[in-house]
Amino acid sequence: MFYREAGQFKASYEEDQQIFTIRQDRVGFYAILAFFFLAVPAFANQYWLQAILTPVLIFSLAAIGLNILTGYAGQLSLGSAAFMAVGAFGAYNFMLRIDGMPFIVAIILGGLCAAAVGIVFGLPSLRIKGFYLAVATLAAQFFIVWALVKFPWFSNHSSSGVITTQEIVIFGFAFDSPERKYLISLAIVAVLALLAKNLVRSTTGRAWMAVRDMDVAAEVIGIRPMRTKLQAFAVSSFYCGVAGALYGYTYLGTVEPEGFNLDLSFKILFMIIIGGVGSIMGSFLGAAFIVLLPIFLNVAMHSTLGGAVPASLAANLELIIFGGLIIFFLIVEPHGLARLWQIGKEKLRLWPFPH
Amino acid sequence: MQFFFEVLIGGLLSGVLYALVALGFVLIYKASGVFNFAQGAMVFFAALTFVGFTEVLPAWFGLEEGSKLVFALAFVLALAAMVVLGIATEKIVLRRLVNQPHITLFMATIGLTYLVEGIAQGIWGANVRGLDLGIADEPIGWIMDSANILVSKFDVFAASVAGVLVVSLALFFQFTRVGRALRAVADDHQAALSIGIPLQHIWAIVWGVAGFVALVAGLIWGSRNGVQFALTFTALKALPVLILGGFTSVPGAILGGLIIGSTEKLAEVYIGPFVGGGIESWFPYILALGFLLVRPEGLFGERHIDRV
Amino acid sequence: MKLKTTVLLGAAVAGLLATGYAAAQQQQFIGLPSYRVGPYASGGSGIYGGWIDYMTLINERDGGINGVKLAWEECETEYNNARGVECYERLKGKGTTGNSVFQPLSTGITYSVLDRVAQDKIPLVTMGYGRTDAADGRVFPWVFPLITTYWSQASAIVNYIGTKEGGMDKLKGKKIALLYHDSAYGKESHAIMDKLAAKHGFEVLKIAVAHPGNEQQSQWLQIRQSKPDYVVLWGWGVMNPTALRTAQRTGFPREKMVGVWWSGAEEDTIPAGDAAKGYTSAGFNVAGANYPVIKDIDKFVYGKSKGNMEDKSRLGSVYYNRGVVHGIITVEAIRTAQEKFGKGKPLTGEQVRWGFEHLKIDDKKLAALGATGFMPDLNVTCADHEGAGKVKFQQWDGAKWKVVTDWVEGDKPLVRGMVEESAAAYAKEKGITPRDCSKES
Repeated sequence: MFYREAGQFKASYEEDQQIFTIRQDRVGFYAILAFFFLAVPAFANQYWLQAILTPVLIFSLAAIGLNILTGYAGQLSLGSAAFMAVGAFGAYNFMLRIDGMPFIVAIILGGLCAAAVGIVFGLPSLRIKGFYLAVATLAAQFFIVWALVKFPWFSNHSSSGVITTQEIVIFGFAFDSPERKYLISLAIVAVLALLAKNLVRSTTGRAWMAVRDMDVAAEVIGIRPMRTKLQAFAVSSFYCGVAGALYGYTYLGTVEPEGFNLDLSFKILFMIIIGGVGSIMGSFLGAAFIVLLPIFLNVAMHSTLGGAVPASLAANLELIIFGGLIIFFLIVEPHGLARLWQIGKEKLRLWPFPH
Repeated sequence: MQFFFEVLIGGLLSGVLYALVALGFVLIYKASGVFNFAQGAMVFFAALTFVGFTEVLPAWFGLEEGSKLVFALAFVLALAAMVVLGIATEKIVLRRLVNQPHITLFMATIGLTYLVEGIAQGIWGANVRGLDLGIADEPIGWIMDSANILVSKFDVFAASVAGVLVVSLALFFQFTRVGRALRAVADDHQAALSIGIPLQHIWAIVWGVAGFVALVAGLIWGSRNGVQFALTFTALKALPVLILGGFTSVPGAILGGLIIGSTEKLAEVYIGPFVGGGIESWFPYILALGFLLVRPEGLFGERHIDRV
Repeated sequence: MKLKTTVLLGAAVAGLLATGYAAAQQQQFIGLPSYRVGPYASGGSGIYGGWIDYMTLINERDGGINGVKLAWEECETEYNNARGVECYERLKGKGTTGNSVFQPLSTGITYSVLDRVAQDKIPLVTMGYGRTDAADGRVFPWVFPLITTYWSQASAIVNYIGTKEGGMDKLKGKKIALLYHDSAYGKESHAIMDKLAAKHGFEVLKIAVAHPGNEQQSQWLQIRQSKPDYVVLWGWGVMNPTALRTAQRTGFPREKMVGVWWSGAEEDTIPAGDAAKGYTSAGFNVAGANYPVIKDIDKFVYGKSKGNMEDKSRLGSVYYNRGVVHGIITVEAIRTAQEKFGKGKPLTGEQVRWGFEHLKIDDKKLAALGATGFMPDLNVTCADHEGAGKVKFQQWDGAKWKVVTDWVEGDKPLVRGMVEESAAAYAKEKGITPRDCSKES
């Protein structure tokens, strides 16, 4: 009844090309933005800001990065965490070695470092496809982490290879409290997500999708596969790199190369599969789901079984349920949460008169 | 030169052990097109179940601890558990994901990894256990004496087990009815179905065989390094073998294992010191990657032809 | 009738809440960021099991610390930094006075909460892991790498090898191979070993083992080739039994192998079978169930079937006993703090921090705790957050660990110099002004 586009006519090309063509969607979008920018920092407590919302935002960004590569350009990658590491260590070194380096610029430069590394490891994609490529991206995963541990220059010769990020100061304003760190993450993620949304609707994005659906056919219609694939690798790694830098600066404060391990790469892959392959929105939903699910299971296990079963069994049960839910979810909705959202919207359009 | 050969032989023998794990991947990928990431977890599960049974069986039935009977019974029970696990996976998970994109199936097997790990440690506990197969891990005397080259008895034993396994699997595929059906399924699911090959039946068998391979790999790796969670990491050693040898080739897995095993060791010894060592984590992947650039379908993989 | 029932029910609920509240008032909350799944589970279940059992012992046998019962809650971190941070944030406000102490048993999580603990005023205790230079309490007031750090350990190991050789001067010209886990943890050994090598004139041969380390053929062939006098095993997890097995097959004597405390538990030797016989390892706690404190746990905790371990036979194992040490130190710090801030009431994290900073466990105290020889004596000060820096060496006889030395101390001035240098660099980088310890009370 309320969610209906009847009477909304598109009179110009601009209107036709908006991201949200339905007014209710636009209003909803601004309401959500306002909620997260204004209401959340005002009312959420530290636990939610620091331990839940900030990581969800950062992982969403990484998931968008992987989604660009896997969901839009069709190249499976298992090395996202390593590109995050490049971004984090890159930003750290720019801040460290160049006096007066502005934070935002350092983050972007960190992302660009990741993009450059991404292009190098994307080169094999020109010849290798599918799981062969996926396993080959593991080379990036292991090599980058190894290099960051091995060459002390990256961690400024710290004895254990761990870096402690510098303070975030933008125009003399220090982002030091959880609220501020959350806000700066949110701002960066929002801008980049918007950019990604527009990118995938542009020529570039369409070229990616053409290559994804069939690269030979795409080549026939005049899309250069090499340029397109490398572009996807570069943009994807850039997003992962920025996410990695935020992971270091606004979330953990101290990062070690081993933190960016294969597990994290898989987690990000889970996020896009659960959230929805080829959907920016899905990246957010998937990140929230994968971050929250184990925490929820842990809390639920304590409140229901607390003390009734041995702690080890409870912890293993959590793992079993987590794995089981993932499988269950893949079986029930292989297209992810984004698809559920879509179905919900279509239902809402007809509601309350479905016939 | 003697040192070179020593490293080379050691590497080849380790390579066979990698191939053993890779074999499980190949079987399942060949038959059902699933890149089963849970193979590592299955190796862990199989070995832990075996050791777990050797611990509880004597108490349950009053058998002599460590006797041959206990080992045999535990082996049969662990094998049964693996077959049940395989069939359950096929029935509950894969059957419902038919026709989904490969990546979805792949993710389902990662979900399965968590599940299997949780079940294994939930049932048997997190303790690290030793496993003694009764083969001493020491240099073979006469090779040591004559050529001063170190060759471990245990590795030779493991390599022969792997060799026997591969030959029997190859014979099984070549000469039995099920084997032929399996090759037909591998070639083309739909064509196989249309001539009346029971697809699900074949899949269940393949998962069962993969479970058996996992058990053998688990026992050998477990008796080398102990039965513990780290057995799941053996999968990471198998992946480069897999891309080098091709996802669908049994001989490819063996040859890939030999190449990866030997070059990895030689690289660690001769290149490692110049870059600070520890290159074994990524070197096999880079090697396989370089190889793929020349032959994108691996050593023995099937050439894929794109049609528009 | 209806009204009456309601009132009665309400009163009952209020009463329950009140008693619950009163009970909670008398509890000291300790958040346990544990891990019981995955590759770290074998260590985690032992350490957290021992720790929880000791706290249960205090509650059951003594009725708490001066009447204040201990309460705790576990939070599964899976040894994952992000999960660890979530656990930290979740646990920090629990209980009446908040979390008293955070001990994540993971270097990664330690680093991730390093800045947070100072803001939230919760002491961060890292025993045998974490940031070594945090031993300088002037720069790191909230962090306590108690008992001993990696650098003290490395130095103690070199001292032990020196004594075995018959004097430190005998080390000159010797060759020691350092077989390390190729990670931040393993790299921690480099700087100190280089310093010690320069000082004593031995040669260090650093050999990296890539994670997870389940294949070490090439490393051990290198060792066989270069024939070092000793091998220091700085390993973790499956790397340890693999190293022992590969040492056996390459014919390197295990008597000449010395491990660190993460390479010296039953979990590391049992899987290696016979190959582990003769192998020696450092430890800031020892194995064995014959200490009064373990016997008390058996009697008061398992006697009432309130034990945390599923497998009771692990009582007295290295990891279990390490957990008991965690328990002892936590409890004694709270006790110390209660002496200043008031006996018989729960304390805040800030007050417990004071307790850690003034923690003194001398031989008399150890005897009273039933832990003589079980752990080293401890004297924490404002400047020295390490407190002991001593380890014992244990040898595996094929079935169990046997203590072969008394407490061995490292080269304290050298280690302290490195700690201060590193801490000063950190202070400079982060803009911290070190505390003046003479002004602290």
